Amino acid sequence: MAEHSVKEQHRNWDLVIKPSYGWLNLNLRELLKYKDLVYLLVKRDFVIFYKQTILGPLWYIIQPLVNTVIFNLIFGKIAKLSTDGIPPFLFYLSGTVVWAYFASCLNGTSNTFGKNANIFSKVYFPRITVPISIVLAGVFQFLIQFTIFFGFYLYFIWNGADIRPNYLVLILPLLVLQMAILGLGFGALISSLTAKYRDLTFAMPFFVQIWMFLTPVVYPLSQVPEEYRIIYMFNPMASIVELIRVAFLGTGSVSLPMITLSIVLTMVVFILGLLMFSKTEKSFIDTV
Amino acid sequence: MPETVIKIENLYKEYRLGVIGHGTLYRDLQSWWARIRQKEDPNTLIGYENRIIKNENILALNNINLEINKGEILGIIGANGAGKSTLLKILSRVTTPTSGLIKIKGKIASLLEVGTGFHTELTGRENIYLNGSINGMGRNEINNNFDEIVQFAGVEQFIDTPVKRYSSGMYVRLGFAVAAYLDPEILVVDEVLAVGDIEFQKKAIGKMESVSKELNRTVLLVSHRMSTIQTLCDRAIIIDNGTIKTIGSAKDVVNEYMNLGKIGSGERKLDNHSKTNKPKGLMPGKEPIKVYLIRVLNEQEKVCTKFNVRDNIIVEIRYKIPAGNSNPNILFYFNNDRQQLVFVSFNNEMYKNGTAGIYNSRCLVPKDMLNDGQYFVSLIIHDNRSVHIRENDLVSFTVMDDMNINGSRGEWVPGKKWPDATVRPKLIWENKKE
Repeated sequence: MAEHSVKEQHRNWDLVIKPSYGWLNLNLRELLKYKDLVYLLVKRDFVIFYKQTILGPLWYIIQPLVNTVIFNLIFGKIAKLSTDGIPPFLFYLSGTVVWAYFASCLNGTSNTFGKNANIFSKVYFPRITVPISIVLAGVFQFLIQFTIFFGFYLYFIWNGADIRPNYLVLILPLLVLQMAILGLGFGALISSLTAKYRDLTFAMPFFVQIWMFLTPVVYPLSQVPEEYRIIYMFNPMASIVELIRVAFLGTGSVSLPMITLSIVLTMVVFILGLLMFSKTEKSFIDTV
Repeated sequence: MPETVIKIENLYKEYRLGVIGHGTLYRDLQSWWARIRQKEDPNTLIGYENRIIKNENILALNNINLEINKGEILGIIGANGAGKSTLLKILSRVTTPTSGLIKIKGKIASLLEVGTGFHTELTGRENIYLNGSINGMGRNEINNNFDEIVQFAGVEQFIDTPVKRYSSGMYVRLGFAVAAYLDPEILVVDEVLAVGDIEFQKKAIGKMESVSKELNRTVLLVSHRMSTIQTLCDRAIIIDNGTIKTIGSAKDVVNEYMNLGKIGSGERKLDNHSKTNKPKGLMPGKEPIKVYLIRVLNEQEKVCTKFNVRDNIIVEIRYKIPAGNSNPNILFYFNNDRQQLVFVSFNNEMYKNGTAGIYNSRCLVPKDMLNDGQYFVSLIIHDNRSVHIRENDLVSFTVMDDMNINGSRGEWVPGKKWPDATVRPKLIWENKKE
């Protein structure tokens, strides 16, 4: 009854500012109101990247190609790691492109509070728009890089490489979505931590690199000894990378339990990330 | 009956002093490990142990209750650290209150800073869109107001130039222009008027006034400039120590605030130069010039902090020139509340004939010369070898214009058209009818 009358009182007001005790008050309707801001933030990141570099968007192409050549040399030619019979160049390129998207989500979002402290202390808008815009900006980068991969892919098929794509290619958008959610969730989680512990920002590059080597990017999962495979069950990215290889290159070892666990973990991380983020965004300004 | 658009109820904001976190994970772990072993925390500041263990809390806002009506301009004044900014931050939803409620009717926009989120690499056009949407404007809204924003900022020619090429004045104008067209029903403004050139400040004040009067919008304004509060606001509040000390008409509240002495005092006793703190370059064995006192007096020889523009102002300095010193340069500076240097006065007589002894020097600042506003007096005494004393903003006082017909600007309507010049001298006009 008391609850009801309080609500009644509030009805005449457009906005009630009150202490926030709850963990999650992500306001979706409000977020929609700020969709133009998300669009402009994505655009800003692009424009600035374009303006501050000599080669501009060419970097999007150079990065994965150089990585692929280096991986090809080190892991293929020197370490002689198997690529499950797939042309090594395509194998490494596919892994690099997929990983690059996830890494850019993680790196971009992990210091949201630190980088935007100045804006956050001056004006209110839903803070989550910032990591969302980074994850979306990454999609464009991914599309450009994936197009490069696809070009080489067609070239290899044209030259008679033994590659058997299958209907799973259709789920690519879903896999990208999963990576975006995972990247956003992890980024939100880490940015909540870096808001309090600045030194974690410096640990991020190592963390991302270690994670990459624990994901079948430069080697196929089939080469991992059976007793270690269980570790990969708990790495949501392992299933995504392997699934993309299965879809486009026709080889890869991925099982239904692995995929399921990957999706479940992604959702857990996403929700946990949002919770931590919305808790941090309320108190952050008082602690900087 | 006026409609209440903001209702603040029992608002508290508590900040925790002491250790919230050390900012690095390593140190937090270190402290935690020390606590487990019941050892001394290696990260505790020596001498602050008790305070940190207690985790003292301070109330930045202590039970604020306030109702603001539609269409009014409310001025918020108070010393630094009194809680003004905290209140503004809560109203802007940058931070949350510890307890209490604020109920708001209508769209609220805050302007705690001009040009928040501007990126120097982006063009004026791109920044208008970005800044507008950060402040909650939709794309259509910006499209509709775009031309007016550009015109108001006066940057038509440079709209496609990156803002890093803008002068600081242009930058500020563009920032304010976006804010001016946010078209909120309630606008919260912090000190932003202190930036930009005088021409633009007037434009900004005019805009706020017209928004409030013509469109019946509500404005909350924090300012240290008493003249701005007096000319622009209907009502004002004084925040002191986290509570609302006074609420009333802008004129009364400003008067009270100035009498509180919070602005500064008209008299300052000095005890400069202990034996260990000698000015650099002074000959060994020589004693520096010692200033005992500086104060501002009215014609009745009383210490005063509030002058009418039609009053003479006397600056008095009492000092000792020890043996071995002579002919010092004694200067004082008048700065105004916009951090502009108004003038410097040089004690010519002492420079020509100053010998050792204790002096009481008085300087008369003639009436009908200063603009209204707040003034700060700084003092420098030096000789060819060294600076004996240099102290900024030792005393301060306020000059008010009661718009008397005999005053330097007569019965002008305050704040309207009189140019906001540094000084407002009353000069002699001879008018001969031919």
